[in-house]
Amino acid sequence: MSPAEEAVRRENIKSAWQLSAPALLVLTVAAVGPLLIVLVYSFLTPGTHGNVEWVFSLEGWRGVLFDHDIFEDKLVLADGNLTIFWRSVKLSFITTVLTFIVGFPTAWFIATRSPASRAGWLFLITIPFWTNLLIRTFAINQIIRNEGVLNTLLLKAGLVSAPLQLTYTDTALLIGMVYVYLPLMVLPLFATIDRFDMRLLEAGYDLYASRWQVLRRVILPIIRPGIVAGSILVFVPCLGAYVTPRILGGGKNMMIGNFIELQFGQGKNWPLGAALSVTLLVIVTIALLVYVKAISGERKNG
Amino acid sequence: MARARDFSVTELPGATLVSMLVFVALYAPILVLIVYSFNAGESVAVWGGLSLDWYRAAWANDQVKEATWVSLKVATGAAVLSTALATMAALGTTRRPAFRGQTFVYVMINQPLMVPEIVTAVALLLVTAAIKKATGYTGLGYLIVAHAAFCIPFAYLPIRARLEGMDLTLETAAADLYASRWQTFRRVTLPLLMPGILAGAMLAFVTSLDDVVITEFIKSPGQDTLPTYMLGQLRRAMKPDVNAISTLLLALTLVLLSAFFLLTRKRK
Repeated sequence: MSPAEEAVRRENIKSAWQLSAPALLVLTVAAVGPLLIVLVYSFLTPGTHGNVEWVFSLEGWRGVLFDHDIFEDKLVLADGNLTIFWRSVKLSFITTVLTFIVGFPTAWFIATRSPASRAGWLFLITIPFWTNLLIRTFAINQIIRNEGVLNTLLLKAGLVSAPLQLTYTDTALLIGMVYVYLPLMVLPLFATIDRFDMRLLEAGYDLYASRWQVLRRVILPIIRPGIVAGSILVFVPCLGAYVTPRILGGGKNMMIGNFIELQFGQGKNWPLGAALSVTLLVIVTIALLVYVKAISGERKNG
Repeated sequence: MARARDFSVTELPGATLVSMLVFVALYAPILVLIVYSFNAGESVAVWGGLSLDWYRAAWANDQVKEATWVSLKVATGAAVLSTALATMAALGTTRRPAFRGQTFVYVMINQPLMVPEIVTAVALLLVTAAIKKATGYTGLGYLIVAHAAFCIPFAYLPIRARLEGMDLTLETAAADLYASRWQTFRRVTLPLLMPGILAGAMLAFVTSLDDVVITEFIKSPGQDTLPTYMLGQLRRAMKPDVNAISTLLLALTLVLLSAFFLLTRKRK
């Protein structure tokens, strides 16, 4: 490389960083940096009226898994906390599976339309995606709550004799989460099915494969990256969900997100809240790493 | 693609039925919400005739007016700030040879998409509480900067996509004609990039307008945005004026989204 070329290259790199610097600064101040502060706060002592005292303590972290039994002065597993963690993971997993079961046929339907009408169907999926999550949660709540539209219709039709008691149940929460996160499953699935070579289906049927065999052996393996992407896009926000469980789950059926908020509100235990936040972040990071690994494995094999 | 009239290879049994049900299920609740915002009765389950009562009630409510202003101010500030930053970052990361640290820049820009919102909200609560205590400043600045940060990836995507579709020929031509760097940017790059920038600004605006969790955690007293106001109302009995506000927000989102699709539509 000649000195002149070298100078141009250096100039290029310098301007790349100069142009990116302001965005990086704001992201550091208002997104990445504060995460480190959370880690620091998880090792401090709770203040009496919220906030913290600057005294080192492991109590916050101990509180993630253990309760202090004041009568016998020993540590016992915090069943309540574990229940909330378990419920969050379980509900997020079921939501992911349900969104796939209804999202896959939908994505397939859109991808097999004519190019002209495909854009229209896709737009219909995109609108809810960009619509306020809170509004969509309200909307589904008005349908499924005890005196809601669904029960009114069911009662009028004589299908049930008493209204279904869905308000503040896990079922209501599941219906709500599938409703609000479904577009996040359909969009990446559509993206992979759209690139799928439909001639492979003809090849499969020509070789006397049944529909089920074509689905199992041809379609699903090839669209796997889309399945993984959609699952991550649904699972991660489900796990950290706050608005949907607050509205549909009521005060009892909390998920991790609500439990964290509780520590900063009535709980007045900021270090515990910080430790719970770090725990959630670690679980999400593990999920993302699994995703990266699945995708890169895909590239190697494909 | 269909080989025979009765057998289409791309047809999966039941896919059409399931997807029709999905579209109905996606839109029915939103339509019910819109319809009941025009309901005359108190109830959100019994139809009492057409009226604009709930829009009048929302309009007469000072808290709603105040929240609307806060929402618009924050969304505008966050959209302008994040779009400016994202435009610069997009210019810095496209149409040039790969450089060391490029992946780092991408990861940083997309970071807000990967971290659960509740964690970011908690983190910002800790930081803003400390700054508020130290400086005494409790203005909208916190909300604008925090919103700008999580809006950056949404503004960045369409701008970068637009830049990648533009080659450097015109800029080189301008430079050959002795245009200064600034003149080249101002007269050539910027006008060509404008649809991408506007599209990015719209996504950023919508994203900011939608936020509940981060705003709920870092707002100072009296800084409710429309979404946090609505969330607060839910602690009490559900009132239909929330439907009216939701419908107006929906309409605004739909207008912005349609503009976005017109701006990013590929010319044939």
